[in-house]
Amino acid sequence: MEKLTQLFEDIVKLWGAYGGWSGQYMVGIRRTLLLAVAATLIGCLIGLLCGILNTIPYSKSDNIVKRFFLKLIRVVVRIYVEVFRGTPMILQAVFIFYGIPYFSGVQPFQGNTGMWMAALLVVSINTGAYMAESVRGGIISIDPGQTEGAKAIGMTHVQTMVNVVLPQALRNIIPQIGNNFIINLKDTSVMFIIGFVEFFATHRSIVGINLMYFPSATIEMIGYLTMTLVSSILLRWLEKKLDGDDNYELVQADQLTLAAGTYSHPHTPEKALERSLKKEEER
Amino acid sequence: MDAVLQVNHLSKSFGSHEVLRDIDFTVKKGDVTSIIGASGSGKSTLLRCINLLETPSKGEIFFHGENVAARGVNPTAYRSKVGMVFQNFNLFSNMTVLQNCMVGQTKVLKRQEKDAKETALQFLHKVGMTPYINAKPRQLSGGQKQRVAIARALAMDPEVLLFDEPTSALDPEMVGEVLTVMRSLAGEGLTMLVVTHEMAFARDVSNHVVFMREGVIWEEGGPQEIFVNPQRDETKEFLSRFMER
Repeated sequence: MEKLTQLFEDIVKLWGAYGGWSGQYMVGIRRTLLLAVAATLIGCLIGLLCGILNTIPYSKSDNIVKRFFLKLIRVVVRIYVEVFRGTPMILQAVFIFYGIPYFSGVQPFQGNTGMWMAALLVVSINTGAYMAESVRGGIISIDPGQTEGAKAIGMTHVQTMVNVVLPQALRNIIPQIGNNFIINLKDTSVMFIIGFVEFFATHRSIVGINLMYFPSATIEMIGYLTMTLVSSILLRWLEKKLDGDDNYELVQADQLTLAAGTYSHPHTPEKALERSLKKEEER
Repeated sequence: MDAVLQVNHLSKSFGSHEVLRDIDFTVKKGDVTSIIGASGSGKSTLLRCINLLETPSKGEIFFHGENVAARGVNPTAYRSKVGMVFQNFNLFSNMTVLQNCMVGQTKVLKRQEKDAKETALQFLHKVGMTPYINAKPRQLSGGQKQRVAIARALAMDPEVLLFDEPTSALDPEMVGEVLTVMRSLAGEGLTMLVVTHEMAFARDVSNHVVFMREGVIWEEGGPQEIFVNPQRDETKEFLSRFMER
Protein backbone atom coordinates (compact mmCIF):
# COMPACT_ATOMS: atom_id res chain seq x y z
CA MET A 1 0.00 0.00 0.00
CA GLU A 2 2.81 2.28 0.96
CA LYS A 3 4.55 1.51 -2.31
CA LEU A 4 1.38 2.22 -4.27
CA THR A 5 0.99 5.62 -2.68
CA GLN A 6 4.62 6.34 -3.45
CA LEU A 7 4.08 5.31 -7.06
CA PHE A 8 1.07 7.59 -7.25
CA GLU A 9 3.06 10.47 -5.85
CA ASP A 10 5.92 9.84 -8.26
CA ILE A 11 3.54 9.79 -11.19
CA VAL A 12 2.00 13.06 -10.08
CA LYS A 13 5.47 14.52 -9.74
CA LEU A 14 6.49 13.31 -13.20
CA TRP A 15 3.29 14.47 -14.79
CA GLY A 16 3.71 17.84 -13.08
CA ALA A 17 7.14 18.22 -14.65
CA TYR A 18 6.61 16.67 -18.09
CA GLY A 19 2.82 16.21 -18.44
CA GLY A 20 0.11 18.63 -19.35
CA TRP A 21 -1.09 19.62 -22.78
CA SER A 22 2.22 20.94 -24.04
CA GLY A 23 4.46 18.73 -21.88
CA GLN A 24 6.84 16.16 -23.33
CA TYR A 25 4.49 13.19 -22.77
CA MET A 26 1.65 14.84 -24.67
CA VAL A 27 3.93 15.87 -27.51
CA GLY A 28 5.08 12.25 -27.67
CA ILE A 29 1.49 11.00 -27.77
CA ARG A 30 0.60 13.44 -30.53
CA ARG A 31 3.58 12.38 -32.61
CA THR A 32 2.78 8.70 -32.09
CA LEU A 33 -0.84 9.23 -33.11
CA LEU A 34 0.04 11.33 -36.13
CA LEU A 35 2.65 8.84 -37.35
CA ALA A 36 0.32 5.86 -36.80
CA VAL A 37 -2.63 7.50 -38.55
CA ALA A 38 -0.61 8.75 -41.52
CA ALA A 39 1.37 5.52 -41.94
CA THR A 40 -1.77 3.37 -41.69
CA LEU A 41 -3.52 5.48 -44.34
CA ILE A 42 -0.57 5.40 -46.73
CA GLY A 43 -0.03 1.71 -45.95
CA CYS A 44 -3.66 0.97 -46.79
CA LEU A 45 -3.32 2.75 -50.12
CA ILE A 46 -0.19 0.75 -50.93
CA GLY A 47 -1.94 -2.45 -49.84
CA LEU A 48 -5.04 -1.62 -51.86
CA LEU A 49 -2.99 -0.97 -54.98
CA CYS A 50 -1.00 -4.20 -54.55
CA GLY A 51 -4.12 -6.23 -53.78
CA ILE A 52 -5.95 -4.90 -56.84
CA LEU A 53 -2.98 -5.37 -59.18
CA ASN A 54 -2.48 -8.85 -57.79
CA THR A 55 -6.00 -10.00 -58.59
CA ILE A 56 -6.34 -8.81 -62.19
CA PRO A 57 -7.46 -11.98 -63.93
CA TYR A 58 -5.79 -13.27 -67.05
CA SER A 59 -6.48 -16.31 -69.15
CA LYS A 60 -4.56 -18.35 -71.66
CA SER A 61 -6.36 -16.56 -74.48
CA ASP A 62 -4.95 -13.15 -73.50
CA ASN A 63 -2.01 -11.85 -75.48
CA ILE A 64 1.49 -12.62 -74.27
CA VAL A 65 2.46 -9.03 -73.35
CA LYS A 66 -0.51 -8.65 -71.02
CA ARG A 67 0.12 -12.02 -69.43
CA PHE A 68 3.83 -11.22 -68.98
CA PHE A 69 3.13 -7.91 -67.26
CA LEU A 70 0.47 -9.33 -64.97
CA LYS A 71 2.78 -12.20 -63.99
CA LEU A 72 5.63 -9.71 -63.41
CA ILE A 73 3.40 -7.57 -61.18
CA ARG A 74 2.48 -10.59 -59.11
CA VAL A 75 6.12 -11.58 -58.67
CA VAL A 76 7.17 -8.05 -57.66
CA VAL A 77 4.31 -7.74 -55.15
CA ARG A 78 5.13 -11.17 -53.77
CA ILE A 79 8.78 -10.24 -53.19
CA TYR A 80 7.77 -6.93 -51.57
CA VAL A 81 5.34 -8.65 -49.21
CA GLU A 82 7.75 -11.42 -48.23
CA VAL A 83 10.69 -9.09 -47.59
CA PHE A 84 8.82 -6.52 -45.51
CA ARG A 85 6.64 -8.98 -43.67
CA GLY A 86 9.57 -11.25 -43.01
CA THR A 87 12.03 -8.81 -41.40
CA PRO A 88 11.72 -6.77 -38.18
CA MET A 89 10.53 -3.20 -38.65
CA ILE A 90 13.29 -1.92 -36.38
CA LEU A 91 15.84 -3.43 -38.74
CA GLN A 92 14.07 -2.07 -41.81
CA ALA A 93 14.33 1.41 -40.27
CA VAL A 94 18.06 1.07 -39.74
CA PHE A 95 18.53 -0.54 -43.15
CA ILE A 96 16.86 2.31 -45.01
CA PHE A 97 18.16 5.12 -42.79
CA TYR A 98 21.79 4.10 -43.21
CA GLY A 99 21.46 2.29 -46.51
CA ILE A 100 20.67 5.30 -48.67
CA PRO A 101 23.61 7.44 -47.48
CA TYR A 102 25.88 4.38 -47.81
CA PHE A 103 25.27 4.33 -51.56
CA SER A 104 24.64 7.99 -52.34
CA GLY A 105 26.95 9.52 -49.77
CA VAL A 106 24.17 11.94 -48.79
CA GLN A 107 21.76 11.54 -45.86
CA PRO A 108 18.36 12.46 -47.33
CA PHE A 109 16.62 12.25 -43.95
CA GLN A 110 17.89 15.34 -42.15
CA GLY A 111 16.42 17.40 -39.39
CA ASN A 112 12.92 17.11 -38.06
CA THR A 113 11.30 16.80 -41.50
CA GLY A 114 13.80 14.14 -42.54
CA MET A 115 13.07 12.15 -39.43
CA TRP A 116 9.34 12.29 -40.12
CA MET A 117 9.91 11.22 -43.73
CA ALA A 118 12.06 8.26 -42.71
CA ALA A 119 9.65 7.09 -40.01
CA LEU A 120 6.62 7.53 -42.26
CA LEU A 121 8.33 5.68 -45.10
CA VAL A 122 9.30 2.67 -43.00
CA VAL A 123 5.99 2.26 -41.16
CA SER A 124 3.93 2.82 -44.34
CA ILE A 125 5.87 0.29 -46.39
CA ASN A 126 5.60 -2.20 -43.56
CA THR A 127 1.85 -1.68 -43.18
CA GLY A 128 1.45 -1.88 -46.96
CA ALA A 129 3.03 -5.34 -47.00
CA TYR A 130 0.51 -6.64 -44.47
CA MET A 131 -2.42 -4.84 -46.10
CA ALA A 132 -1.53 -6.19 -49.56
CA GLU A 133 -2.27 -9.67 -48.30
CA SER A 134 -5.41 -8.56 -46.44
CA VAL A 135 -6.79 -6.83 -49.52
CA ARG A 136 -6.00 -9.81 -51.74
CA GLY A 137 -7.75 -12.05 -49.23
CA GLY A 138 -10.69 -9.65 -49.04
CA ILE A 139 -11.07 -9.64 -52.81
CA ILE A 140 -10.84 -13.38 -53.35
CA SER A 141 -13.21 -14.04 -50.45
CA ILE A 142 -16.07 -12.29 -52.26
CA ASP A 143 -18.45 -14.89 -53.72
CA PRO A 144 -17.54 -15.47 -57.40
CA GLY A 145 -21.28 -15.19 -58.05
CA GLN A 146 -21.01 -11.43 -57.44
CA THR A 147 -18.46 -11.13 -60.22
CA GLU A 148 -20.50 -13.35 -62.52
CA GLY A 149 -23.62 -11.31 -61.86
CA ALA A 150 -21.72 -8.16 -62.80
CA LYS A 151 -20.17 -9.75 -65.89
CA ALA A 152 -23.57 -11.02 -66.99
CA ILE A 153 -24.94 -7.48 -67.25
CA GLY A 154 -21.91 -6.47 -69.31
CA MET A 155 -19.66 -4.83 -66.75
CA THR A 156 -15.93 -4.67 -67.44
CA HIS A 157 -13.40 -5.86 -64.86
CA VAL A 158 -12.83 -2.29 -63.65
CA GLN A 159 -16.56 -1.57 -63.34
CA THR A 160 -17.06 -4.85 -61.49
CA MET A 161 -14.26 -4.07 -59.05
CA VAL A 162 -15.31 -0.47 -58.40
CA ASN A 163 -19.04 -1.06 -58.06
CA VAL A 164 -19.39 -4.56 -56.71
CA VAL A 165 -16.28 -6.32 -55.40
CA LEU A 166 -14.23 -3.58 -53.70
CA PRO A 167 -17.06 -2.08 -51.63
CA GLN A 168 -17.72 -5.53 -50.19
CA ALA A 169 -14.04 -6.46 -49.85
CA LEU A 170 -13.20 -3.20 -48.09
CA ARG A 171 -16.04 -3.66 -45.66
CA ASN A 172 -14.64 -7.11 -44.85
CA ILE A 173 -11.09 -5.90 -44.27
CA ILE A 174 -11.98 -3.01 -41.96
CA PRO A 175 -11.20 -5.18 -38.91
CA GLN A 176 -7.78 -5.81 -40.50
CA ILE A 177 -7.21 -2.10 -41.00
CA GLY A 178 -8.11 -1.53 -37.36
CA ASN A 179 -5.73 -4.29 -36.35
CA ASN A 180 -2.92 -2.70 -38.31
CA PHE A 181 -3.64 0.72 -36.88
CA ILE A 182 -3.42 -0.58 -33.33
CA ILE A 183 -0.22 -2.48 -34.14
CA ASN A 184 1.17 0.73 -35.61
CA LEU A 185 0.28 2.76 -32.51
CA LYS A 186 2.50 0.42 -30.51
CA ASP A 187 5.18 -0.47 -33.04
CA THR A 188 6.00 3.09 -34.04
CA SER A 189 7.95 2.95 -30.75
CA VAL A 190 10.81 1.19 -32.55
CA MET A 191 11.41 4.36 -34.54
CA PHE A 192 13.49 5.63 -31.60
CA ILE A 193 16.31 3.68 -33.29
CA ILE A 194 16.61 6.35 -35.97
CA GLY A 195 16.07 9.16 -33.52
CA PHE A 196 12.36 9.75 -34.06
CA VAL A 197 11.00 11.03 -30.74
CA GLU A 198 7.51 9.65 -30.15
CA PHE A 199 5.76 8.55 -26.98
CA PHE A 200 8.17 5.78 -26.01
CA ALA A 201 11.29 7.77 -26.91
CA THR A 202 9.92 10.52 -24.65
CA HIS A 203 10.03 8.05 -21.78
CA ARG A 204 13.65 7.20 -22.59
CA SER A 205 14.73 10.81 -22.59
CA ILE A 206 12.83 11.64 -19.38
CA VAL A 207 14.15 8.70 -17.35
CA GLY A 208 17.61 9.43 -18.67
CA ILE A 209 17.50 12.58 -16.57
CA ASN A 210 15.69 11.56 -13.39
CA LEU A 211 15.97 7.75 -13.36
CA MET A 212 12.28 7.30 -12.40
CA TYR A 213 11.98 4.24 -14.63
CA PHE A 214 8.94 2.52 -13.17
CA PRO A 215 6.63 5.52 -12.60
CA SER A 216 7.37 6.73 -16.12
CA ALA A 217 6.78 3.25 -17.55
CA THR A 218 3.41 3.21 -15.76
CA ILE A 219 2.47 6.47 -17.44
CA GLU A 220 3.51 4.93 -20.76
CA MET A 221 1.39 1.84 -20.16
CA ILE A 222 -1.67 3.92 -19.32
CA GLY A 223 -1.02 6.20 -22.29
CA TYR A 224 -0.70 3.37 -24.84
CA LEU A 225 -3.70 1.50 -23.43
CA THR A 226 -5.85 4.62 -23.61
CA MET A 227 -4.88 5.18 -27.25
CA THR A 228 -5.57 1.59 -28.28
CA LEU A 229 -8.84 1.29 -26.34
CA VAL A 230 -10.25 4.51 -27.75
CA SER A 231 -9.24 3.36 -31.25
CA SER A 232 -10.95 0.01 -30.74
CA ILE A 233 -14.17 1.67 -29.69
CA LEU A 234 -14.10 4.12 -32.60
CA LEU A 235 -13.43 1.31 -35.08
CA ARG A 236 -16.34 -0.77 -33.77
CA TRP A 237 -18.61 2.23 -34.06
CA LEU A 238 -17.43 2.86 -37.62
CA GLU A 239 -18.09 -0.76 -38.60
CA LYS A 240 -21.61 -0.61 -37.22
CA LYS A 241 -22.24 2.63 -39.02
CA LEU A 242 -21.05 1.17 -42.34
CA ASP A 243 -23.32 -1.86 -42.05
CA GLY A 244 -26.33 0.39 -42.20
CA ASP A 245 -29.77 -0.10 -40.87
CA ASP A 246 -31.07 -3.62 -40.31
CA ASN A 247 -34.57 -2.53 -41.23
CA TYR A 248 -35.99 -1.17 -44.43
CA GLU A 249 -39.11 0.75 -45.31
CA LEU A 250 -41.75 -0.84 -47.47
CA VAL A 251 -42.64 1.56 -50.22
CA GLN A 252 -46.34 2.10 -50.54
CA ALA A 253 -47.01 1.77 -54.24
CA ASP A 254 -50.28 2.19 -56.08
CA GLN A 255 -53.17 -0.01 -55.05
CA LEU A 256 -52.95 -2.31 -58.02
CA THR A 257 -49.42 -3.40 -57.20
CA LEU A 258 -49.57 -6.84 -55.75
CA ALA A 259 -47.58 -7.50 -52.63
CA ALA A 260 -44.93 -10.20 -52.89
CA GLY A 261 -46.83 -13.07 -51.33
CA THR A 262 -50.02 -12.61 -53.25
CA TYR A 263 -48.44 -12.39 -56.65
CA SER A 264 -48.36 -16.11 -57.27
CA HIS A 265 -51.68 -16.79 -55.63
CA PRO A 266 -53.76 -18.91 -58.04
CA HIS A 267 -56.77 -16.61 -57.76
CA THR A 268 -54.79 -13.53 -58.65
CA PRO A 269 -55.82 -12.61 -62.17
CA GLU A 270 -52.72 -11.77 -64.13
CA LYS A 271 -54.91 -9.48 -66.17
CA ALA A 272 -55.14 -7.10 -63.23
CA LEU A 273 -51.41 -6.65 -63.38
CA GLU A 274 -51.41 -6.08 -67.08
CA ARG A 275 -54.17 -3.54 -66.72
CA SER A 276 -52.22 -1.67 -64.07
CA LEU A 277 -49.17 -1.63 -66.30
CA LYS A 278 -51.18 -0.33 -69.23
CA LYS A 279 -52.61 2.40 -67.06
CA GLU A 280 -49.16 3.46 -66.07
CA GLU A 281 -48.03 3.58 -69.66
CA GLU A 282 -50.94 5.78 -70.57
CA ARG A 283 -50.13 8.18 -67.79
CA MET B 1 -33.26 -15.47 -91.29
CA ASP B 2 -34.32 -14.30 -87.85
CA ALA B 3 -31.97 -16.46 -85.79
CA VAL B 4 -30.83 -14.48 -82.77
CA LEU B 5 -28.37 -17.06 -81.53
CA GLN B 6 -26.81 -19.85 -83.46
CA VAL B 7 -24.48 -22.35 -81.84
CA ASN B 8 -22.21 -24.34 -84.14
CA HIS B 9 -20.15 -27.40 -83.15
CA LEU B 10 -19.67 -26.09 -79.64
CA SER B 11 -17.41 -28.16 -77.37
CA LYS B 12 -16.13 -27.52 -73.90
CA SER B 13 -13.65 -29.51 -71.85
CA PHE B 14 -12.34 -28.98 -68.36
CA GLY B 15 -8.90 -30.56 -68.56
CA SER B 16 -9.36 -33.95 -70.17
CA HIS B 17 -13.01 -34.09 -69.18
CA GLU B 18 -15.23 -33.23 -72.10
CA VAL B 19 -18.44 -31.66 -70.77
CA LEU B 20 -19.98 -30.57 -74.07
CA ARG B 21 -19.50 -32.27 -77.41
CA ASP B 22 -20.41 -30.81 -80.76
CA ILE B 23 -23.52 -28.88 -79.77
CA ASP B 24 -25.59 -27.36 -82.57
CA PHE B 25 -28.74 -25.40 -82.14
CA THR B 26 -30.52 -22.21 -83.08
CA VAL B 27 -32.62 -19.76 -81.10
CA LYS B 28 -35.03 -17.66 -83.13
CA LYS B 29 -36.59 -14.40 -82.05
CA GLY B 30 -39.45 -15.05 -79.65
CA ASP B 31 -38.44 -18.66 -79.02
CA VAL B 32 -38.79 -20.09 -75.55
CA THR B 33 -36.30 -22.95 -75.46
CA SER B 34 -36.13 -25.29 -72.49
CA ILE B 35 -33.00 -27.34 -71.91
CA ILE B 36 -33.71 -30.42 -69.82
CA GLY B 37 -31.59 -33.34 -68.71
CA ALA B 38 -30.07 -35.01 -65.67
CA SER B 39 -27.55 -33.25 -63.44
CA GLY B 40 -24.10 -33.32 -64.98
CA SER B 41 -25.41 -33.56 -68.53
CA GLY B 42 -23.83 -30.20 -69.40
CA LYS B 43 -26.95 -28.01 -69.46
CA SER B 44 -25.60 -25.27 -67.22
CA THR B 45 -22.18 -25.34 -68.87
CA LEU B 46 -23.88 -24.85 -72.22
CA LEU B 47 -25.72 -21.80 -70.91
CA ARG B 48 -22.55 -20.40 -69.34
CA CYS B 49 -20.70 -20.90 -72.62
CA ILE B 50 -23.41 -19.01 -74.46
CA ASN B 51 -22.92 -16.07 -72.11
CA LEU B 52 -19.13 -16.52 -72.37
CA LEU B 53 -18.82 -16.99 -68.62
CA GLU B 54 -17.00 -20.13 -69.73
CA THR B 55 -14.77 -19.99 -72.77
CA PRO B 56 -15.81 -22.64 -75.29
CA SER B 57 -12.97 -24.98 -76.26
CA LYS B 58 -14.18 -25.32 -79.81
CA GLY B 59 -17.00 -24.07 -81.99
CA GLU B 60 -18.79 -20.85 -82.77
CA ILE B 61 -21.60 -18.83 -81.25
CA PHE B 62 -23.25 -16.47 -83.70
CA PHE B 63 -25.21 -13.54 -82.30
CA HIS B 64 -27.02 -11.86 -85.18
CA GLY B 65 -24.45 -13.39 -87.52
CA GLU B 66 -21.36 -12.29 -85.57
CA ASN B 67 -19.19 -14.94 -83.99
CA VAL B 68 -18.84 -13.83 -80.39
CA ALA B 69 -16.76 -16.86 -79.40
CA ALA B 70 -13.94 -15.80 -81.72
CA ARG B 71 -10.60 -14.80 -80.21
CA GLY B 72 -10.21 -11.11 -79.54
CA VAL B 73 -13.93 -10.38 -79.30
CA ASN B 74 -14.70 -8.23 -76.28
CA PRO B 75 -17.52 -10.03 -74.49
CA THR B 76 -18.90 -7.09 -72.48
CA ALA B 77 -20.98 -5.47 -75.21
CA TYR B 78 -22.44 -8.84 -76.18
CA ARG B 79 -23.21 -9.75 -72.56
CA SER B 80 -25.17 -6.55 -72.06
CA LYS B 81 -27.57 -7.75 -74.78
CA VAL B 82 -27.89 -11.27 -73.44
CA GLY B 83 -29.25 -11.29 -69.92
CA MET B 84 -28.68 -14.07 -67.44
CA VAL B 85 -30.61 -15.20 -64.38
CA PHE B 86 -28.65 -17.45 -62.04
CA GLN B 87 -29.60 -20.31 -59.79
CA ASN B 88 -28.16 -18.44 -56.80
CA PHE B 89 -29.54 -15.04 -57.84
CA ASN B 90 -26.14 -13.29 -57.61
CA LEU B 91 -27.69 -9.99 -56.58
CA PHE B 92 -25.09 -7.42 -55.53
CA SER B 93 -25.19 -7.62 -51.75
CA ASN B 94 -23.78 -4.12 -51.24
CA MET B 95 -26.71 -2.49 -53.04
CA THR B 96 -30.42 -2.10 -52.47
CA VAL B 97 -32.98 -3.72 -54.75
CA LEU B 98 -33.37 -0.52 -56.75
CA GLN B 99 -29.61 0.03 -57.08
CA ASN B 100 -29.22 -3.58 -58.26
CA CYS B 101 -31.58 -2.84 -61.12
CA MET B 102 -29.98 0.53 -61.94
CA VAL B 103 -26.21 -0.04 -61.82
CA GLY B 104 -26.00 -1.91 -65.12
CA GLN B 105 -28.08 0.71 -66.88
CA THR B 106 -26.05 3.66 -65.65
CA LYS B 107 -22.57 2.10 -65.85
CA VAL B 108 -22.86 -0.16 -68.90
CA LEU B 109 -25.62 1.40 -71.00
CA LYS B 110 -24.70 4.93 -69.78
CA ARG B 111 -28.31 5.86 -69.20
CA GLN B 112 -29.23 8.93 -67.18
CA GLU B 113 -29.90 8.28 -63.50
CA LYS B 114 -33.52 9.38 -63.91
CA ASP B 115 -34.23 7.15 -66.92
CA ALA B 116 -32.51 4.21 -65.24
CA LYS B 117 -34.66 4.63 -62.17
CA GLU B 118 -37.81 4.81 -64.24
CA THR B 119 -36.91 1.65 -66.16
CA ALA B 120 -35.90 -0.17 -62.99
CA LEU B 121 -39.18 0.73 -61.28
CA GLN B 122 -41.15 -0.38 -64.32
CA PHE B 123 -39.61 -3.86 -64.26
CA LEU B 124 -39.69 -4.15 -60.48
CA HIS B 125 -43.39 -3.42 -60.76
CA LYS B 126 -43.73 -6.16 -63.34
CA VAL B 127 -42.24 -8.73 -60.98
CA GLY B 128 -44.22 -7.40 -58.03
CA MET B 129 -41.22 -6.12 -56.05
CA THR B 130 -42.00 -2.39 -55.99
CA PRO B 131 -42.56 -2.29 -52.21
CA TYR B 132 -39.08 -3.66 -51.57
CA ILE B 133 -36.94 -1.22 -53.56
CA ASN B 134 -35.06 -0.06 -50.44
CA ALA B 135 -34.32 -3.53 -49.10
CA LYS B 136 -30.91 -5.19 -49.26
CA PRO B 137 -30.77 -8.64 -50.88
CA ARG B 138 -30.00 -10.33 -47.54
CA GLN B 139 -33.36 -9.11 -46.24
CA LEU B 140 -35.35 -10.89 -48.98
CA SER B 141 -36.60 -14.43 -49.42
CA GLY B 142 -35.25 -16.61 -52.22
CA GLY B 143 -38.27 -16.10 -54.44
CA GLN B 144 -38.13 -12.36 -53.96
CA LYS B 145 -34.41 -12.31 -54.77
CA GLN B 146 -34.98 -14.25 -57.96
CA ARG B 147 -37.73 -11.87 -59.06
CA VAL B 148 -35.37 -8.92 -58.45
CA ALA B 149 -32.69 -10.74 -60.44
CA ILE B 150 -35.15 -11.10 -63.31
CA ALA B 151 -36.03 -7.41 -63.10
CA ARG B 152 -32.31 -6.54 -63.08
CA ALA B 153 -31.76 -8.56 -66.25
CA LEU B 154 -34.86 -7.13 -67.95
CA ALA B 155 -33.85 -3.55 -67.17
CA MET B 156 -30.95 -3.99 -69.59
CA ASP B 157 -33.44 -4.58 -72.43
CA PRO B 158 -31.83 -7.89 -73.38
CA GLU B 159 -32.58 -9.53 -76.71
CA VAL B 160 -32.28 -12.96 -75.14
CA LEU B 161 -32.66 -13.90 -71.51
CA LEU B 162 -30.85 -16.98 -70.22
CA PHE B 163 -32.16 -18.74 -67.12
CA ASP B 164 -29.82 -21.14 -65.30
CA GLU B 165 -32.08 -23.35 -63.15
CA PRO B 166 -33.87 -20.28 -61.76
CA THR B 167 -36.03 -22.23 -59.33
CA SER B 168 -33.63 -24.95 -58.17
CA ALA B 169 -32.42 -23.07 -55.08
CA LEU B 170 -35.92 -22.09 -53.96
CA ASP B 171 -38.25 -23.55 -51.38
CA PRO B 172 -41.16 -25.32 -53.08
CA GLU B 173 -43.69 -22.65 -52.12
CA MET B 174 -41.58 -19.96 -53.80
CA VAL B 175 -41.12 -21.76 -57.10
CA GLY B 176 -44.59 -20.69 -58.21
CA GLU B 177 -44.05 -16.95 -57.91
CA VAL B 178 -40.92 -17.10 -60.08
CA LEU B 179 -42.51 -19.37 -62.68
CA THR B 180 -45.49 -17.02 -62.90
CA VAL B 181 -43.17 -14.16 -63.80
CA MET B 182 -41.38 -16.31 -66.37
CA ARG B 183 -44.69 -17.41 -67.89
CA SER B 184 -45.84 -13.84 -68.34
CA LEU B 185 -42.49 -12.92 -69.94
CA ALA B 186 -42.84 -15.80 -72.38
CA GLY B 187 -46.34 -14.60 -73.14
CA GLU B 188 -44.98 -11.18 -74.05
CA GLY B 189 -42.70 -12.68 -76.67
CA LEU B 190 -39.35 -12.39 -74.88
CA THR B 191 -36.73 -14.72 -76.32
CA MET B 192 -35.79 -17.09 -73.53
CA LEU B 193 -33.40 -19.98 -73.04
CA VAL B 194 -34.21 -21.86 -69.86
CA VAL B 195 -32.26 -24.64 -68.17
CA THR B 196 -34.80 -26.20 -65.88
CA HIS B 197 -36.00 -29.20 -63.92
CA GLU B 198 -39.58 -27.87 -64.01
CA MET B 199 -41.04 -30.25 -66.56
CA ALA B 200 -44.48 -28.66 -66.47
CA PHE B 201 -42.94 -25.32 -67.38
CA ALA B 202 -40.89 -26.87 -70.19
CA ARG B 203 -43.95 -28.65 -71.53
CA ASP B 204 -46.50 -25.84 -71.27
CA VAL B 205 -44.52 -22.68 -71.88
CA SER B 206 -41.67 -23.47 -74.25
CA ASN B 207 -42.02 -24.00 -77.96
CA HIS B 208 -38.72 -25.83 -78.25
CA VAL B 209 -37.32 -28.47 -75.92
CA VAL B 210 -33.74 -29.72 -75.90
CA PHE B 211 -32.92 -32.92 -74.02
CA MET B 212 -29.25 -33.19 -73.11
CA ARG B 213 -27.40 -36.30 -72.05
CA GLU B 214 -23.68 -36.84 -71.51
CA GLY B 215 -22.76 -33.50 -73.05
CA VAL B 216 -24.62 -33.91 -76.32
CA ILE B 217 -28.07 -32.94 -77.55
CA TRP B 218 -29.78 -36.32 -77.36
CA GLU B 219 -33.11 -35.24 -78.71
CA GLU B 220 -34.85 -31.98 -79.51
CA GLY B 221 -38.16 -30.78 -80.85
CA GLY B 222 -41.44 -29.19 -79.92
CA PRO B 223 -42.85 -29.91 -76.46
CA GLN B 224 -45.37 -32.34 -77.99
CA GLU B 225 -42.64 -34.34 -79.69
CA ILE B 226 -40.45 -34.58 -76.61
CA PHE B 227 -43.04 -35.02 -73.88
CA VAL B 228 -45.77 -36.96 -75.67
CA ASN B 229 -43.88 -38.83 -78.30
CA PRO B 230 -40.17 -39.12 -77.43
CA GLN B 231 -38.17 -41.13 -79.96
CA ARG B 232 -35.20 -42.36 -77.97
CA ASP B 233 -35.23 -44.73 -75.03
CA GLU B 234 -33.07 -42.52 -72.80
CA THR B 235 -35.45 -39.60 -73.26
CA LYS B 236 -38.38 -41.81 -72.30
CA GLU B 237 -36.55 -43.11 -69.28
CA PHE B 238 -35.53 -39.61 -68.10
CA LEU B 239 -39.07 -38.28 -68.51
CA SER B 240 -40.69 -41.25 -66.81
CA ARG B 241 -38.39 -40.79 -63.81
CA PHE B 242 -39.47 -37.16 -63.60
CA MET B 243 -43.13 -37.82 -64.02
CA GLU B 244 -43.13 -40.38 -61.22
CA ARG B 245 -42.06 -37.80 -58.65
